[in-house]
Amino acid sequence: MLNIERLNKTFAAPAGPIVALSNIRLQVEQGQFITFIGPSGCGKSTLLKIVAGIDTAYEGKVELNGKAITGPGVDKGFIFQEPRLFPWLNVEKNIAANLPLNNPQIRRQVDELIELVRLKGFEKAYPKELSGGMAQRVAIARALLRKPEILLLDEPFGALDAFTRAHLQEVLLDIWQNSKTTMLFVTHDLDEAVFLGEKVVIMNPRPGHIRNVIDIDLPYPRKRVGHSFQELRTRVLSEFEKVEQPPLVDQGAGI
Amino acid sequence: MQIMRHKLMFRAIHLLIGMLIPLAVLIIWQIASSNGWVNAVLIPPPKDILDEFGRMLASGELLTNLRISSWRAALGFLLGGGLGLVAGLWVGFSLKAERLLDPSLQLLRTLPHLAVAPLFILWFGFGETSKIILIAKGAFFPLYVNTFLGVRSVDRNLFDVARVLEFTRWQTITKLILPAAMPSIFLGIRLSIAVSWLGLVVAEMMGSSSGLGYIINDARSFSLTSVIFVGIIVFAIVGKVTDSLVRLAESRLLRWRDSIGGEG
Repeated sequence: MLNIERLNKTFAAPAGPIVALSNIRLQVEQGQFITFIGPSGCGKSTLLKIVAGIDTAYEGKVELNGKAITGPGVDKGFIFQEPRLFPWLNVEKNIAANLPLNNPQIRRQVDELIELVRLKGFEKAYPKELSGGMAQRVAIARALLRKPEILLLDEPFGALDAFTRAHLQEVLLDIWQNSKTTMLFVTHDLDEAVFLGEKVVIMNPRPGHIRNVIDIDLPYPRKRVGHSFQELRTRVLSEFEKVEQPPLVDQGAGI
Repeated sequence: MQIMRHKLMFRAIHLLIGMLIPLAVLIIWQIASSNGWVNAVLIPPPKDILDEFGRMLASGELLTNLRISSWRAALGFLLGGGLGLVAGLWVGFSLKAERLLDPSLQLLRTLPHLAVAPLFILWFGFGETSKIILIAKGAFFPLYVNTFLGVRSVDRNLFDVARVLEFTRWQTITKLILPAAMPSIFLGIRLSIAVSWLGLVVAEMMGSSSGLGYIINDARSFSLTSVIFVGIIVFAIVGKVTDSLVRLAESRLLRWRDSIGGEG
């Protein structure tokens, strides 16, 4: 279980300190799928990096299973917006990375993961030969091989076209339902947030804070066209319309 | 099959296009010298150079001296290049080492071969030592500079990945920094080998009784221009062959590279 209490984060800037996160409080149960949405500067990526242990300069309590997060590690898998594969390793070696592929147990798990992320036949391909969507699936498999307690995804499908994105959303839900890994998924795409999450955390900037958490009580697999989906989508959207500034859609990775 | 044949044909055509200018130069040269338009002592006709080449090959003179020269160049390259690689890695990994070593090394880098050769001869005599050290001095710097650059230009984003995947310090070096630096290191190897041949010629011309540089220098004192040309041509061939070998190894080992394909 992930427990965040009274989390504050400030960045030093030439014009004085900027409050990136203000008094964040959030509890995530084991196996939940949480999506975070908000305009740029709302601190959603910063929050994810703190949970990952990549960013450790903060005030407050951030605990995973009762233990404070002190640094990055394989128990907190992280998927960046770009796949960040090692260009000199082929697909299966990228997934194994620093783990020995000649260990039969790891070999078997890598093969299973390649099956799971639907990359059979591309085991020996190099990153330059992969499409953006395929490369991101390799990155997901690389994180899953370490059996993370929690998987943190920072706008992982933001750079992909709409069809690939829809496909990967389904792949990710498949993985989640099979592995029951806790998922924290940051996005700026409203449909993506509602389609994936059991809860949608809506964040606002200046200072970055949680505005509201909306439960998405729809069974999986979800249909994007159904009446209830549209209803919930409208509810999330209306949360944004209460805030005049800044506009809903942000441009890129945020802070 | 059809595609393979097409590829071969294109390659042959490319090769022929590349040969056009050298062939034209040779033909004009031959005509000019056999008609007496140029001084045959200063610029002997290609036919004479070819005959000289055949004579030197048959007498064993060429191969014996080539072997000696190659041996010197190889030893100098291994010594200098090896140290350059180690120093480049060390300075690349450590900011302290960079502050300590890099200024001095950059200073030494600018010293020309010809300026230090007399010193090396005084210190180490006319034997093999002075020659190999002179070659090593040249071979050191390209590998040093490029290894250093390669280590420092590793994609920062991949370090975050290595941290998240819990790479040990050793794994970060062997599985991230070294592979990422390989393209730069290979460039350094190619440049170092080229500089080794340069250093060799200087070393053998300054004082030697064997080797290709000696042959050239000796021929100069007797105005045997065709021998000088043979020496130059052999240097060109050997240089090109070694460079092609390194590039072959490079293309095998760095197949992963996302190159723009300008070299094909």
